[in-house]
Amino acid sequence: MPNEGTGFLPRILTIAKNAFREAVRDRILYNLIVFVLLITVSAIFLGELTAGQESRVIINLGMSAVLLFGAFIAIFVGVSLVWKEIEKKTVYSIFSKPVGRGEFIIGKYLGLCTTLFVNVVIMCLGVTLALAYVGGASKTASIWGAGFLIFLELTILTAVAILFSSFSTPALSALLTFFVFLIGHFSSSLLDLAKTIGSSSAIAVFTGIYYALPNLSNFSFILNAAHGDVPTVSFAGFATLYAIGFNAVLLAITVLIFSKRNFK
Amino acid sequence: MNYVIEIEGLSKEYEKGFLKKKRVLALDDLTLNVTGGQIFGFLGGNGAGKTTTIKTLMRLQFPTKGSARILGHDIADVQMHRRIGYCPENPYFYDYLTANELMSYFGELFGYDAATRTKKSDELLTAVGIVEKDRKRQLRKFSKGMLQRVGLAQSLINDPEIVFLDEPMSGLDPVGRREIRELIAGLRDKGTTVFMSTHILTDIEALCDEVAILRSGKLAAFGSLQELLGGEEASRNLEINVQSVSAEEIRERIEFIAGASITPRPHGATIHVLDESDIDAVLAVTRDAGGRLGSITPVKQSLEDLFVRD
Repeated sequence: MPNEGTGFLPRILTIAKNAFREAVRDRILYNLIVFVLLITVSAIFLGELTAGQESRVIINLGMSAVLLFGAFIAIFVGVSLVWKEIEKKTVYSIFSKPVGRGEFIIGKYLGLCTTLFVNVVIMCLGVTLALAYVGGASKTASIWGAGFLIFLELTILTAVAILFSSFSTPALSALLTFFVFLIGHFSSSLLDLAKTIGSSSAIAVFTGIYYALPNLSNFSFILNAAHGDVPTVSFAGFATLYAIGFNAVLLAITVLIFSKRNFK
Repeated sequence: MNYVIEIEGLSKEYEKGFLKKKRVLALDDLTLNVTGGQIFGFLGGNGAGKTTTIKTLMRLQFPTKGSARILGHDIADVQMHRRIGYCPENPYFYDYLTANELMSYFGELFGYDAATRTKKSDELLTAVGIVEKDRKRQLRKFSKGMLQRVGLAQSLINDPEIVFLDEPMSGLDPVGRREIRELIAGLRDKGTTVFMSTHILTDIEALCDEVAILRSGKLAAFGSLQELLGGEEASRNLEINVQSVSAEEIRERIEFIAGASITPRPHGATIHVLDESDIDAVLAVTRDAGGRLGSITPVKQSLEDLFVRD
């Protein structure tokens, strides 16, 4: 008989480990090669074009690429993460074992977050090396600070993608997640818009949207990092708590929806 | 009675169509109890509701009505799944994993340590006929039959008390079928209850102790094979093969025996009678015409007769 004392945590970690292995074997991390090429070429040529601004341009370009490559993975891998398991019927063997549906969702989510973490770390390392090449090593802390915030943003984007994919097709889920990504960066403007319109119903609607969608500007630090700023403890702390809270809510909704699904 | 599977009034209705207004009743008030330590055959044509029943027991689908218990626990109890195994129909696994990795992954979900996982994986993959060199290949390179074997192996990773096999012989060649049949029989010998759905009637006849037949989501027949096929009435019917005489030579006199019928066959004839007491009359007629007895066989209703009966 199996070990009766096994709790839910080891099962979640087992699923997460397998999800990470899936990402690696599906060559998700190959995007790093493109990134390394991009950052190397930038380091060599941009410095010559923008005399004195090398480090700022490298950070701007490099960290924007970290965000975009990460968002691409979070959206496109995230929306197919659970959907693929249902379509290929691999969930049949999983749920016949003592694995709860919540454990499965959280395990898959953590697996993709691990993939994104590795991706962000390697990319930040690439930007750090490129920065050192152009003599901007003093701004290294800015890169890692911005990288940390980008990773937090990607965890939210992953949770949004998984939430949509728990009840929708991958194509629609990807589209919706992309909209959340776009609107999320400008959601604070929604409150300004509501105030400009002035009507109480407009304020109610736009305030509702503002709180329903993640405010991704909490994680925007690329421009500051390019100027050599490092996120303060309070800024990073708030962003971390915000990400944990938002992810917890999104995952709870996803688990609720997924727990009621019939697998035909 | 000590039932290991108790199904009570289980129904499953699907919504179909774009607006989900059309309803299909896949399972209709199924009540079934299965005793432990046997191989239980679950029969039915395509769409009869076999897979729906198994998927519901495996909590892959939720019943519209009714309830079910396995080993005394409600099927919604996740921890009960520590004690059971399941091999889905046409199993499909993570194709980026090797057979060894898949077994290890599933073993880890049960909380086994690495050494135990390796040992169990080796034992089970050997038992289902996956040779050592194939165990290190990714499953995407496996044939349907090999995946079926891996499916069986993974369903036994936790030494289950009950194993649910949905069409376990699907995709296997005759040699493979025989090997898996022996494996399933071996499970029963060890005390494992096997709940097996299949279309292959010879497998059912060779393996199963009790059988349930589903028709349009309803239970059409249930009982031991002996009860279903070898009832008192059926066992009295006899088939008598006679040789060295043609059917035409003795037809008139045979048909004079109440309920008897005769069909010609090369170098002889086959005569069906309703009762053992008719044998002497048939033999007398045959000998008078210069023929001799070939064989006498009791005629039982075949599982196929039962399966196709409306």
